[in-house]
Amino acid sequence: MVLELHKPRPIWQIMFSTHHTDIGLLYTITSITFFFMGGALALGIRAELFLPGTQIITDSMTFNRMFTVHGTAMIFLFLLPFASGVGNYFVPIMVRYKDMAYPKLNAVAFWMIPPAGALIWLGFADFTWYATPPYSAIRAPGPAADMWIFAQKILGVSSVLGAINFVVTILKCKHPDLPLSKIPLLAWSFLSASLIIIVAVPTFAAALVMLLTDRLGVSGFFDPARGGDPIAYQHLFWFTFHPEVYVLVIPAIGMMYEIIPRFSRKPIFSQSSGIFAFVMLSIVSFSSWAHHMYSTGMSFTEKTVFMIGTLAAVPASAMHVFNFIATMWGGRIKFATPMMWSVGGIALFFSAGAGGVANSAMPFDFITHDSYWVVGHFHLFVMGTIAFGSIGFLYYMFPYITGRMYNETWGKIHFIMSFAGTVMVFFTQHVLGLYGMPRRVYDYQPYPEYIVMNQIASVGAMIIGTSMVIWLINMIYSAGKGKEANMDDPWGLGGKYYFPYQAKTPHH
Amino acid sequence: MSGHSNWPEWIYVGVVIVLLAYVGAEAWNVERLVDRAPAEAEVIKVIGQQWFWTFEHADGTKEVGELHIKKGHAYKFEITTKDVNHAFNIHDYVVLQDAVAGRINEVWFAPDKAGEFPIQCREYCGLLHYNMRGTLIVEE
Repeated sequence: MVLELHKPRPIWQIMFSTHHTDIGLLYTITSITFFFMGGALALGIRAELFLPGTQIITDSMTFNRMFTVHGTAMIFLFLLPFASGVGNYFVPIMVRYKDMAYPKLNAVAFWMIPPAGALIWLGFADFTWYATPPYSAIRAPGPAADMWIFAQKILGVSSVLGAINFVVTILKCKHPDLPLSKIPLLAWSFLSASLIIIVAVPTFAAALVMLLTDRLGVSGFFDPARGGDPIAYQHLFWFTFHPEVYVLVIPAIGMMYEIIPRFSRKPIFSQSSGIFAFVMLSIVSFSSWAHHMYSTGMSFTEKTVFMIGTLAAVPASAMHVFNFIATMWGGRIKFATPMMWSVGGIALFFSAGAGGVANSAMPFDFITHDSYWVVGHFHLFVMGTIAFGSIGFLYYMFPYITGRMYNETWGKIHFIMSFAGTVMVFFTQHVLGLYGMPRRVYDYQPYPEYIVMNQIASVGAMIIGTSMVIWLINMIYSAGKGKEANMDDPWGLGGKYYFPYQAKTPHH
Repeated sequence: MSGHSNWPEWIYVGVVIVLLAYVGAEAWNVERLVDRAPAEAEVIKVIGQQWFWTFEHADGTKEVGELHIKKGHAYKFEITTKDVNHAFNIHDYVVLQDAVAGRINEVWFAPDKAGEFPIQCREYCGLLHYNMRGTLIVEE
């Protein structure tokens, strides 16, 4: 049955299960655990930057290790596994199949994540989440760096296995009466994101092997003294990880597509334009990777090509925003907690996208590149859009997972605090970047502008941190002691609006 | 879906594409002007290493951490590194170019204001990256 915590079972029955909802639960719990661990590092970073000089972290190396592991953990151990958790719960239901296509492979893909997480956290590498040579090849201290490389290798295999599973489940196991165009947009988002993973990830897998052999001294792929080129690594890296941004954001948009029509009590404005925009995004995600590299000495032509490629991704994203607004337009909207997170996420998605357009303009990039602008910009995506969508969706899934309701008031307080905190941290960081503060710095010059803006950002981060603790307490308490949910209509939307339960138990 | 007309969405997408085309054309136009250094620009070699900058003027004089130049002249920086990657940055003059191992990257500028301006490293380069700073001194 689907309601794991509703009917308690011994934990090993969940751990050794290959059922899609059990693996979905494992993914969800693991990713949320890493979210809190990575979040703790973020608070440490913000506390250190509250004032110039040394605050709570006594040496810069520890600080460098903290932001490296924060970034790696949040992307690879929180956002990606969380999306896989949602996909495991919902994709089989949405294509009306009993399980994922390859249940054992599914379990294998999940169980690669805890050891990889252990390698990342125990190693605590310092070379930033993109590990650029020559630093990562010749200077980064081992064994931390090598542990990070092995962890990435494991995570890459895990996401490719998971992606193959989603693609086969959707394309080959869907109910024969269900045409592909009628599959809910959440499942479409997993199809698009999984196809991107299968095309993009092997490139970085190759770069990792080259980086490892460079570190061992047996090759010189990225060492100019031995005929290599460090820029080659950056191309290989961004060929994987620019599309990876879309791998993260597309499922989050899919989650919003699940929530927004239900809480607006209206059908989606246009299913076909949603599908079109997903397919567009997964294609154009491959046209813009080198916009991360304008300042590495690229020619004018290269810069122009990648600027156009970057701008090409915008119309499809804008179509999603339009679709959301048109769906809400004239609807009887109920601002329950999941809806608030989704709407907040869309607003921040729009802001992040607008910043991205500005950023892609070549002359402007030379002001913002590698400054705090970039930190603010991509956090508006990863935190403001993707984490907001994910957290909202976890509220939405909560009755489905536990059979109980979370506390609605505290859910709303959680959203309001997180939204205010996110605006305080990341909008301020944009401005900080325009003033020229570089990213990844342990200390900064005591200019009054720097100090004020860093303090606003640090206070905002503490507000987010507090709200996340409220969330954790709400989740744990409500899972055991919350009110029993009305499984047909947990939010009182007045119709058959709770998709997963009704799909699984059609007699309702 | 097929039940209703989609024309507002197409108008909206059209407006977005026009805006993007404007941003792209503007950026292309500006970058075209600043991308290539003028022929009379004086060459200054910039060498980054963990964790300081060395500058070599056209006449062979070297400076460490400080760079003295004259107002109203054009200068072309030829940037490289002795160890790991760095990024040479004078934020007040929008001078930013990576120092990449095995390559010489170029960027140019012509200071129009005298005074002292901070030079910093914008690419993570290890332990003291945050402190890899210098000073640009523009003389009258």
